[in-house]
Amino acid sequence: MKGDAVQTTLLRPGPLRALARDTHLTRLLVMLLVLIIFFAIVKTDGFFNLLTWQSMAIQFPEFGLMALGVMLTMVTAGIDLSVVGVANMASIGAAVVMLSMAPKGADPATATGAIAVAICLALAIGATAGALNGFLVAKVRIPPILATLGSFELYTGIAILITGGKPKSGLPNLYGQVFAGKLFGLIPVPLIVFAVAAVLIWLLMTKTAFGTKIYMLGTNATAARFSGLNTTSLLVRTYMISGIYASLAGLVMLANYNSAKADYGSTYTLLAVLIVVLGGVNPNGGSGRLIGVVLAILILQILSSGLNMFPNISNFYRPLIWGGVLLAVITANHLSGRRSHRRIAKRKGLPQ
Amino acid sequence: MVENVLAVRGVSKSFAGVQALSDINLDIRPGEIHCLAGENGSGKSTLIKVISGVHDPDEGSIEINGVPHTRLTPVEAIAAGVQVIYQDFSVFPNLTVMENLALNTELASKRKLVNWRRFRRIAEQAVAKIDFSVDLDQLVGRLSVADKQLVAISRALMSDAKLIIMDEPTTALTKKEVDALFRIILDLKARGIATLFVSHKLEEVFEISERFTIIRNGRAVATCLPEELNRKTFTQYMTGRDFEDAHFQVGELPAQPVLEARGLTVNGAFSDVSFSLRPGEILGITGLLGSGRTELAMTLFGAYRKDAGELLVKGSPVQFAGIRGAIASGIGYVPEDRLTEGLFLERTIADNVVIAQIDQLVVGGLFDRTRKGTSAAEWVRDLKIATPDPENAANTLSGGNQQRIVLAKWLATKPDILILNGPTVGVDIGSKHDIHEILRELARAGIAVIIISDDIPEVIQNCSRVLLMKAGRITDEVDPATVTEHQLAELMTGESDQEGERR
Amino acid sequence: MSQLVRKAIRSNEFYVFLVIAAVCLLIQARSGQFFTANNLVDLANAMVVPGLFAIGAFLVIVSGGIDVSFPALASLAVYAVTRLLVDSHYQGGILLPFALVIGLGAVLGAFNGLFTSRLTVPSLIITLGTANVFSGVMQGALSSVQIPKIPPAMADFGRGSLFVATNPVSGLTSSMPVSFLILLAVLAAVFFLLRYTMFGRGVFAIGGDGSAAARAGFSVRWTKFWLYVIVGVIAAVAGLIRTCGMGQMHPTNLLGMEMMVIAAVVLGGTAITGGTGSLTGVMLGTLLIVIVENSMILLGIPTFWQQFSLGLLIIVGTGISALQIARSGNGLRAALR
Repeated sequence: MKGDAVQTTLLRPGPLRALARDTHLTRLLVMLLVLIIFFAIVKTDGFFNLLTWQSMAIQFPEFGLMALGVMLTMVTAGIDLSVVGVANMASIGAAVVMLSMAPKGADPATATGAIAVAICLALAIGATAGALNGFLVAKVRIPPILATLGSFELYTGIAILITGGKPKSGLPNLYGQVFAGKLFGLIPVPLIVFAVAAVLIWLLMTKTAFGTKIYMLGTNATAARFSGLNTTSLLVRTYMISGIYASLAGLVMLANYNSAKADYGSTYTLLAVLIVVLGGVNPNGGSGRLIGVVLAILILQILSSGLNMFPNISNFYRPLIWGGVLLAVITANHLSGRRSHRRIAKRKGLPQ
Repeated sequence: MVENVLAVRGVSKSFAGVQALSDINLDIRPGEIHCLAGENGSGKSTLIKVISGVHDPDEGSIEINGVPHTRLTPVEAIAAGVQVIYQDFSVFPNLTVMENLALNTELASKRKLVNWRRFRRIAEQAVAKIDFSVDLDQLVGRLSVADKQLVAISRALMSDAKLIIMDEPTTALTKKEVDALFRIILDLKARGIATLFVSHKLEEVFEISERFTIIRNGRAVATCLPEELNRKTFTQYMTGRDFEDAHFQVGELPAQPVLEARGLTVNGAFSDVSFSLRPGEILGITGLLGSGRTELAMTLFGAYRKDAGELLVKGSPVQFAGIRGAIASGIGYVPEDRLTEGLFLERTIADNVVIAQIDQLVVGGLFDRTRKGTSAAEWVRDLKIATPDPENAANTLSGGNQQRIVLAKWLATKPDILILNGPTVGVDIGSKHDIHEILRELARAGIAVIIISDDIPEVIQNCSRVLLMKAGRITDEVDPATVTEHQLAELMTGESDQEGERR
Repeated sequence: MSQLVRKAIRSNEFYVFLVIAAVCLLIQARSGQFFTANNLVDLANAMVVPGLFAIGAFLVIVSGGIDVSFPALASLAVYAVTRLLVDSHYQGGILLPFALVIGLGAVLGAFNGLFTSRLTVPSLIITLGTANVFSGVMQGALSSVQIPKIPPAMADFGRGSLFVATNPVSGLTSSMPVSFLILLAVLAAVFFLLRYTMFGRGVFAIGGDGSAAARAGFSVRWTKFWLYVIVGVIAAVAGLIRTCGMGQMHPTNLLGMEMMVIAAVVLGGTAITGGTGSLTGVMLGTLLIVIVENSMILLGIPTFWQQFSLGLLIIVGTGISALQIARSGNGLRAALR
């Protein structure tokens, strides 16, 4: 049909199509490379110092893991604002277990056992919290932004109740040694945790039926139900994964700060959302790629650490730079989108 | 010589080398009821947009009340008396009827402050013009589709319109509402306001139109009076092809029904529906909007929970645990509104085709993309989906091809029973015939098919049995071979006091 | 009249009112202190700043967007003005601080409006970016620190009271702040704007169907832009009131309030998707949250329970609303799995 002919010639066939079409990813990649080159030239000693990279690698997994969870929920056209609350709840739970099972001065064997139990508990807390989120979104049908807003307050509230608002410290040294340590004395463990977690989520999203299903669900929830997808189960699982990743983030924070407190990471909520959106995930659901989110995390972390290398520029400029980058990227997307829309519209004969 | 209210002279329009309109001539006399008929992709939407000033023609001119325009803007078109009512009505569901009616006028007079009494006066005047009685303080979102349309029409009339263009106005209306709409159009005529409406529903078109213009491939191929047309010539003009109107003949059927409904009831929708369906049959269920036919389809598909009665699949009673239960029992459903219920427009054609049986493509916990690609390619080939690449997005296809995708999705699940609700709505005649042929082949292969449709010719030609539903009950069963279209239409619209239940 | 009453009873706002009444009675029963004059004045005092923020958030939500930048906007506007006045040893009246804050609030609001009116990206994302920018400018460029001594005019304004209410039993006194009048004034102004101006109807129209609004003749871009300017002004005024009330400028005091305010708006019956809602509901929602937060003490519940209760309130409140929506679709949809 004539109509078909017009429309289908717009898409260039071939494997390069995906990359060429995804100008957002290209833009992020370019930005990252520019940043790296800039810092390499301007702050050479800092740049080629292993310590710089190591300290980055310790920090970004905290919010990076949370961002991974938020990304998954955003693909389903939802959002998870409770990640920080879950992380704190999980880290506090782990701390409590470790403190009670292996108080100060306990032998390594007991400590190991306590740590193992603590980790399992933390993950279980994350999964349960996530399941509750999923239930509220899928069954009670509360808009995700409101459901996870409420659950964030709830989980933070629980954390406050357990700790009385005070930090929990005095963890067995073994925990910090392992989880805030460096593998081969070189690679920080948090980085390894993040890398493994990222690969797992990448596999989930691209190689499993679950991954395809949540993309479809995020594209059109009604059609998903009518096609026989179990939308409730998909959503609950998605939010559970987000909860588990948040609890992983909590464990990393626990190792990095050697303590757990109900209000750690309070800026991370909006930071995670910023990362995900910067990474090209559409809040309306149905699209977004892990690599984009990873690039966004790296960009923001490098900006942040780069800032540290300029001692005369206060750290407080960080949110300004992050916010500025976000606005710059979405404006650039908009402007180039308009240009290509105008091109497409001209070809289709649509109003511009 | 009476001046035409609208005269389109030699209008051509092309977009990036594709000729959408070629040398179109069309005239509409004052107060005339004119029908513009054409397939999807024929150029009728483009023509409407040119007439209403959204696009400028490459050649030719538009004369409104004798005044020629070569570059018309939408504002000028409205000022000249041309109003278009699009299919979505452009109303505000969250605002009251009164506000919806008054806002355009107030904005046009550049008002800054709101005087609610003035709003009400404007609104009252507007609805009085077509004798539309409605609660002005009701939110438009709560109105029926027909009432929303009447709000749109009232609003259109407020600006001293000479010509009202309606784009497929009867799609979501019950027969009664269609009659009411036609009465209004006639009333407009009496007041000298012409109506141009776009439609492909032949029966309606014949009933009210004074003249037709049929457009195909960007050209006006015929302008005629109703007497000069019948279904055959109409279809010929629209498609340029001759179609065989062969009735579906059912062969030897096994005795055991694959689906049986006994006294199915869903409160408020339908009651005491009983029928049985054997493999190889194409059962038609027809009835007006609101007769309960869609709700019945949804119940058979597990989307609605039944309040009473029994459903048996292959002889055993079933209690579906939702849609997934129905699918597991071998039922597939091609929905009424494919855009919101059937398709994932931004996803690829391949994704859309495999999604219902995606779990079958999982090997060792991982989703096997090669198998998905093969499966998708097979279906694209078998159903002749017009696309160069199954990895293209579904929204790059025409309505007919999109419907084939939905069909493919269900055929991939190898259903025993396939239910289709309005299978050829918004589909070009070529695809329509192809889809019908596919359904007949399915039946010949032993699948049981249910076609739910209010398209009488479709039902008569393709079904081996037809059930009529009215006000939630099955009132008749007819053999399509022995009944004419006219008789069936009569049966459908016969006496009923619970008629026209609104959506 | 009875039709009006019937409509009122079926509205969301009525349910919120019932809930508030129930909570009040509960607290009164437990503590006997709720309906005392000084407690009520305390509540009124506590309502001012969240109430103003909620009005601003409401305006944006009705238009179909979400704004999370208003606390940062307010903090930046007020910090900059306070810093300026303190550094120049300002001794004059309260009008200048207000004027400056309003002006700066408008500018920052315009910054928001510039992006939200032109980009098709959800306003949640845009204001997320601008919130970071505002916060960064304040803490980074202006190196914000706590300003313990604010200009006398501001401090006086913060201490100014309309009247003092005394609790006969405990002897505690609470003074009704002058700023409460500002809340009432803004409430009245916004009410007029929404109900009696085409601009206001445009906000609702855009929230209902943006493209239909454009086709009807509303200037969508212009409306959205000025909407954010107005919201910026309201937020800045709220920030100034908070600073005056506290007697000192604490730059990060307001940060983090955005979610609580949005919850208040939604609990009051405004749909998060836009197009519907009322100022009555917004005030009721804010009142509910303020009551819950402030009355913990009266109930003898340690403040540790505050966030937990807030979270529970939000979940239960939005949950009930969501279930209501699901059930109110015609009876058939209720049967839908």
